[in-house]
Amino acid sequence: MTAHPASPLRILYFAWVREKMGRAEETVEPPGDVATVADLVAWLKAQGGEYGEAFARPEIVRAAIDQTHVKPSAPIAGAREIAFFPPVTGG
Amino acid sequence: MSVAVQEADFDIGAEVARLTSGRDDIGAIVTFTGTVRGQSGGRAITDMTLEHYPGMTEAELERIEAEAHRRWPLQASRIIHRIGRLSPGENIVLVVTASAHRHAAFEAAAFLMDYLKSRAPFWKKESRPDGSGGWVDARDTDDEAMARWESLPAGTTAR
Repeated sequence: MTAHPASPLRILYFAWVREKMGRAEETVEPPGDVATVADLVAWLKAQGGEYGEAFARPEIVRAAIDQTHVKPSAPIAGAREIAFFPPVTGG
Repeated sequence: MSVAVQEADFDIGAEVARLTSGRDDIGAIVTFTGTVRGQSGGRAITDMTLEHYPGMTEAELERIEAEAHRRWPLQASRIIHRIGRLSPGENIVLVVTASAHRHAAFEAAAFLMDYLKSRAPFWKKESRPDGSGGWVDARDTDDEAMARWESLPAGTTAR
């Protein structure tokens, strides 16, 4: 994987995604072929255990890269921080 | 323009006074206050806990506020959202808009709340008298309320 070395990625979890994960944040090193948010979700879900629980229905989990909302197709290259959370319910 | 995310309550009168002090170019001030209901889906709740994404919350509120100022001629605005544990009857959110005329102030306040509810990263968890509780589900009607603004050119009225 010299062409695409794994790079550490900070991931944050909020609300019930955080509760299912059992932690608020962690650092992961996805393989180089994980290019988009959807790829990252699929890779995390495949880890099983709490990841399988938190990402059981990936279509209802929202994402932000560097504190900006993104779609599943967003590339993760260069991201410093990726957050996963349920649809927001403030106001 | 300013936003705040805080545990403490807010004083609506003081916030309005701060926006309008020393100014004579404001002819209309609209305030919206959201409060905690004592029941949800027909079941009583004892309290509600608001979680947020520190950093992104403030950034998102500032983006929403800037968009309102781009769309309407606002003289001033203020958004305050509380976090932490809140009891029924307590304040959750305050939006204040000030303009020369009422239409801009009314519409910008509605726009700010619609966008805040669909985009600002807050999550509500309710607690019930029997000790159970749960995360509040997002409502499709909130996304629809935001979407009505997206089909409109800046400065036009949503009906």
